[in-house]
Amino acid sequence: MADRRTFQIEQISAHPGPAPGRGMQRDLEVCKLVDTTTCIGCKACEVACVEWNDMPFTPTTFDNTYQTMPETRYNFWNLIKFNEHQNQDGTIQWLMRKDQCMHCAEPGCLAACPADGAIVKYSNGIVDFNQENCIGCEFCVSGCPFNIPRYNPSTKRVYKCTLCSDRVGQGLEPACIKSCPTGCLKFGTKEDMKFIAEERARQLRENFGMQNAGVYDPQSIGGTHVIYVLHDATDPERYGGLPRNPQIPWSYTVWKWLFKPVLGTFALFGLLGVCLHYVTAGPRRPQPEPPRREGGNVQRS
Amino acid sequence: MSSAVESFDNKARATFETIGQTTVYQGELHRHPVYTRFLHWMVALFFFLALFSGFGIYLPWLFRWFTPIFGGGQLLRQMHPWFGLGFVFFFFFQSLNWLEPMLWTPADTRWMRNIKHVVSSQAKMEPPDTGFFNAGQKLQFWEIVVGCIVYLVTGIIMWAGARTFGALSVAVSYVLHDISALIMLGGIFIHIYLSTIGEPGTFESMTRGAVSEAWAWTFHPAWYKKVTGRDPQQACEQERQRMLSQKH
Repeated sequence: MADRRTFQIEQISAHPGPAPGRGMQRDLEVCKLVDTTTCIGCKACEVACVEWNDMPFTPTTFDNTYQTMPETRYNFWNLIKFNEHQNQDGTIQWLMRKDQCMHCAEPGCLAACPADGAIVKYSNGIVDFNQENCIGCEFCVSGCPFNIPRYNPSTKRVYKCTLCSDRVGQGLEPACIKSCPTGCLKFGTKEDMKFIAEERARQLRENFGMQNAGVYDPQSIGGTHVIYVLHDATDPERYGGLPRNPQIPWSYTVWKWLFKPVLGTFALFGLLGVCLHYVTAGPRRPQPEPPRREGGNVQRS
Repeated sequence: MSSAVESFDNKARATFETIGQTTVYQGELHRHPVYTRFLHWMVALFFFLALFSGFGIYLPWLFRWFTPIFGGGQLLRQMHPWFGLGFVFFFFFQSLNWLEPMLWTPADTRWMRNIKHVVSSQAKMEPPDTGFFNAGQKLQFWEIVVGCIVYLVTGIIMWAGARTFGALSVAVSYVLHDISALIMLGGIFIHIYLSTIGEPGTFESMTRGAVSEAWAWTFHPAWYKKVTGRDPQQACEQERQRMLSQKH
């Protein structure tokens, strides 16, 4: 899905050394803003996504909600999640959240991936999967704090939202943004989107009595390139699948980049050890050894 | 030892004796039957297939070296679990086959206390109570038994993936799988060294199935005594005298 001619790659999964040309050019970070307070759940973005990415619609499961399907699929990357939340005072909140890849600044999928070049992060912040390099191990699924990557059993590759990197590369906004009728979806630079989001949250707090309204841009993973305006930013879990404090498992950070090479080197010391044993302590031969040659200058300690 | 396992092993050994054979020359002892040798080399084959295919996934720096051997990353990822299953499958039968001689005895505890002399090659002969397997071999055997269980459990978790077992269990499994592999990687160096140049004569026990008597009384005296009825120390001394008298 990647368009290498357009984007500067900043980080490559499982790549020895830094990405070639990293930091050569300055790039604005892009960002998608989802204002959950103005989403009406029309699902136009879902349709725009499957249309632009040319993914045929497949039969789905009805789970007694307004959701198109219980969760995203390898050929359905953008799903409006409907959640009913009961407030303290007994009133009901009907929450709609656009669920898709968050394009983290420190992507857990990329850290977990063992395949060189299967996941890349562009300097504009988009995290993209290159299926031609994907080996289908699904480690990215366990590395993702938002449960986003989806495995296609027929191609044995993993897929997810590309933030329309093909459109953005040509100066267009993502397909979902273009289709949104209420303007709850916005696209621009991270700085601008963050500004608009904070302004909107301030408006909600001051004019609409939502004391806890705020912006979801979790700093535990360095921020994301999809940010939300939430009615209650203190409890993102109520939107379904938005962790308050998303974390990348330590096995993909400390273990993979520190202990693995170190312990692997130790295992090689085993090889060195037996070689040294052979030349110092020497082999043990079946006894008795043949008598030593006389006159030879053999010394035993 | 349950008799069911024993009768299965006996039947398997008998069957494999009809397929292959072990020639024991004069001055040699029969050590490993055909069944044991077959299992050993099947385990070895699948171990190295799993090891090298695992290298490709283990370290990003090794990805470009080891994946082409197996026809690329995608194929490697598809085959690695099957290689692992082959390893565990054959080792399962080997563990049944070797369950009895691999049981820990007080002599093994004494052997472990004495390990310094063995490693430094100071002790020319193993302690007289060393049986068919010494404590080092038993330790490696049980390490592989535990390792196989770890491989199997964590491997299945990673094979089915985070969608089935949850992200955390995959993230933990991946570390345990690696640790188990690293221990076995360290172990295989020692295993290959000791069975070839480290203790000459050992390799033939797994190829032809026979070892020289001198090898037997040197490295497994108690076993030598059991099968020949002769005292290993005495036998060794006699041989020494014979060699010296031949020389003069």
